[in-house]
Amino acid sequence: MSRVNDFVVKFANVNGTGSASANFLFAKAIFRMGVPVSAKNIFPSNIQGLPTWYEVRVSEKGYLGRKEGIDLMVSVNPQSFKEDIACVKPGGYFLYDSTKKLHEEFLREDIHFIDIPLMELCNNAFTDPRQKQLFKNIVYVGALAALLQIEIPVIENLFAEQFKGKEKLIEPNMLALSLGSNYVKAHFDYPLPFYAEKRNLTKDKIMIDGNAAAALGAVYGGATVVSWYPITPSTSLVSSFEKYATRMRIDPVTGKNNFAIVQAEDELAAIGMAIGANWNGARAFTATSGAGISLMNEFLGLAFYAEIPLVLVDVQRGGPSTGMPTRTQQSDLLTCAYASHGDTKHVLLFPSTPTECFDMMADAFDYAEMLQTPVIMMSDLDLGMNDHVTDPFSRDEKQTFRRGKVLTAEDLENRKTWGRYLDEEGDGIPYRTIPGTHPTKGSYFTRGSSHDEFARYSEDSDTYKRVVDRIAKKFETAKKIIPSPQYTEQNHPSNFGCIYFGTSEHASMEAMDILAADGLYVHGMRIKSFPFQEEVATFINRYDKVFVIEQNKMAQMRSLLINELEISPEKLIPVTHYDGTPVTAESILSQVNHHVFVPSN
Amino acid sequence: MSYIKPKFAHPRLPKNEVGYTKKYYEGVISTLCAGCGHDSISAAIVEACFELNVEPHRVAKLSGIGCSSKTPAYYLSNSHGFNSVHGRMPSVATGANLANRSLIYLGVSGDGDTASIGMGQFVHAVRRNVNMTYIVMNNGCYGLTKGQDSATADYGSVSKSGHVNTYEGIDLCALAIQLGATYVAQSFSGDKQQLIPLIKGALSHSGFSLINVVSPCVTFNNNPGSTKSYDYVREHNEAVSKVDFVPVKEEITVSYDHSVVTPIEMHDGTQINFHKLSPVWDPENKISVLSALMFAKEKHEMLTGLLYFDKNSKELHELLHTTDTPLHQLSEKELIPGLEVLEKFNESMR
Repeated sequence: MSRVNDFVVKFANVNGTGSASANFLFAKAIFRMGVPVSAKNIFPSNIQGLPTWYEVRVSEKGYLGRKEGIDLMVSVNPQSFKEDIACVKPGGYFLYDSTKKLHEEFLREDIHFIDIPLMELCNNAFTDPRQKQLFKNIVYVGALAALLQIEIPVIENLFAEQFKGKEKLIEPNMLALSLGSNYVKAHFDYPLPFYAEKRNLTKDKIMIDGNAAAALGAVYGGATVVSWYPITPSTSLVSSFEKYATRMRIDPVTGKNNFAIVQAEDELAAIGMAIGANWNGARAFTATSGAGISLMNEFLGLAFYAEIPLVLVDVQRGGPSTGMPTRTQQSDLLTCAYASHGDTKHVLLFPSTPTECFDMMADAFDYAEMLQTPVIMMSDLDLGMNDHVTDPFSRDEKQTFRRGKVLTAEDLENRKTWGRYLDEEGDGIPYRTIPGTHPTKGSYFTRGSSHDEFARYSEDSDTYKRVVDRIAKKFETAKKIIPSPQYTEQNHPSNFGCIYFGTSEHASMEAMDILAADGLYVHGMRIKSFPFQEEVATFINRYDKVFVIEQNKMAQMRSLLINELEISPEKLIPVTHYDGTPVTAESILSQVNHHVFVPSN
Repeated sequence: MSYIKPKFAHPRLPKNEVGYTKKYYEGVISTLCAGCGHDSISAAIVEACFELNVEPHRVAKLSGIGCSSKTPAYYLSNSHGFNSVHGRMPSVATGANLANRSLIYLGVSGDGDTASIGMGQFVHAVRRNVNMTYIVMNNGCYGLTKGQDSATADYGSVSKSGHVNTYEGIDLCALAIQLGATYVAQSFSGDKQQLIPLIKGALSHSGFSLINVVSPCVTFNNNPGSTKSYDYVREHNEAVSKVDFVPVKEEITVSYDHSVVTPIEMHDGTQINFHKLSPVWDPENKISVLSALMFAKEKHEMLTGLLYFDKNSKELHELLHTTDTPLHQLSEKELIPGLEVLEKFNESMR
């Protein structure tokens, strides 16, 4: 039985051999054919030499989550042959470089082997050693084009775009491509029982990673100061910001930068600079991952208590400690929600697509300034570093920065009194001033020690309580401005709900579809921000059981829901996935089925 | 607890060129111990800012944690202040400076705040040549936690409890010069005449200015045997020659007497000498300054005055090629690239 636009191809390469661009070329070609595709890079914490993989899921139905079971494995890395062969689905295919003979013991009876002498083909066609190495990757893309019916002109166009200005490179690439496709045509049946076919399903969508999207969001959100410390998987967010700012933020008259980026000495300094810049009226952010969040705790407490706006991106990876730096997780929830000592709480945003990374990042600066507190955007490695098919970016043409309660010199002139931490409107949010605004009014002393409404040091118990109670009120106000949950269509009645967030969305939606096809309807809600709005509790209360789907071991979102909304723990069923790979519908289904079909009383 | 000084001021107090009295540059009453060296430094800051005709709202004063870091409350009440976290003032000051290059940044810190917990941030602020004045109120001990040795306590210095320091003391000035600080001075809290012009010079300098001020802790490190004890030296320093400050438009120059050494006899027989810069060394030559510092250390002398000055200083904004308008003043017009650019971007990702 043939399957059109519904299969998974996995590539096994050696890190640092130029395979990434060839693999992306493959994924992009399918995207260009109008077919939804999702690509996952599974890479080591290493610069060169270790095994690295790239999974491409092609899904006519538009499921963008990762899928278990490999239909076609493309392996050019003998180091990992054994495990790569083992992970192919029965009946699936294993394409490998047969320049060297495969060990007999690796052979499996239940899968097909496609042996192509990639290295030999390259050695015969190219003379330059680097080209021999690099074009091996293009040769297998050519082979795949024949096996999976990918249109050669689509790839040719991609070459033309990639090598604009270096047109000389197009010809050898096309040659390598044809080496692979001709070899397949001469030696094997093609196409395979699963293949790609042109569609119009991607419409105006774009293909981009979440870090680049967030970086562009920061440009549109008005960020001018960026301080950071390199850490996987957040590094590319700042390098993308630099790339876009250099392109879009140069003063047309002077040629000078309308931005400043400083690579700090560590995460403590990175967040300290961002806080200093925000305090001084600029929009500033920093980006990090879990290990950096741990270091930033002290400063997060200061920004919370001294009420300084701040935007922080946590591109989560596998913890604890150094953990799995190049694998994905959603395991920083609790540490971010309550970062730093004392009674603290922080606003969290949960984007699930690059488009949301763009929007939420741009909006985060508004939220931070309106609320005068840190806002942490909780991305993850899967979202941040993998290319996703996503809606194009858009922004309101009349976009203005919502800077919140900032007093101008004129405001100060017209006021009788002002206290930095006075709640004038009952929303918990005081008015702030920016240094240098007025010659004689509006100066105050910012501090992390206890203070009164006029920012004066105070150890008075009543004063202390008044201030911290008022700060707590801000988090009620926050609920009115941060993004609300999103629901799936709920046409059929159900006793089951499920909650998911961030990159767990894709596999969760797919799992719900599969369950519905089997007659089990589960209503879904995607949480987009923290603190939770009232409707989160309302949703949970509607069902007997609610599955909480998340990519960490300890079911942190579930804990957060129980803690914040006083939900009875037995009502919330943890569905967790924490092996470092992106969650799959299969992983969710196995856990949901276990709960649904095992009688609980 | 801090309390507010009386609002009354004599109506005919003299005003400076920008129209403020000296009183306008003061802060709330200090809660530090009576006789603390830090209070003298606060007074010197008030004096320097008044005389320099600095508008208080053009100054941002920042600090970390510790006795020294409390002092921003005791001067410049009409400036914005930021008492940050322990050892992290340099990063906050760097960020603030990035946001608004047009203000004057005055950071104060202590020896614990700078040389221990904040060493990482301190050295990197120096390397970046952040345009700020960084004053270390250096008393060689942790006052707020009852007198433990700090990392600048000299080898062999005796604490109040009689403990002899067995670790090498960090020389902040030598370190800063090595790392590219462009204005490095050392002084004594009791020597107001020397300190005020040094502060004025630092505030006027474009780039990172360090003033390491030995500032005795009268409660925990003013005992015999301590190399940061200067009850006795206060009087001697009065006799030391005046340092002149010439506003920066021309050049910062410091006139100094030749080899004026003020010896202090310590209880244990060691000797510390305060020593004004001699004209044989060139304050614009790192090697000559560093070797002089090392010689002085050998002889248990402490050199004070302007040690090093780089007139070719390029501060951080120049290195980053930042626009002249303070970044925090840029509006949507300059910052949002617009929908056309966004649509082009989308197209490039299809």
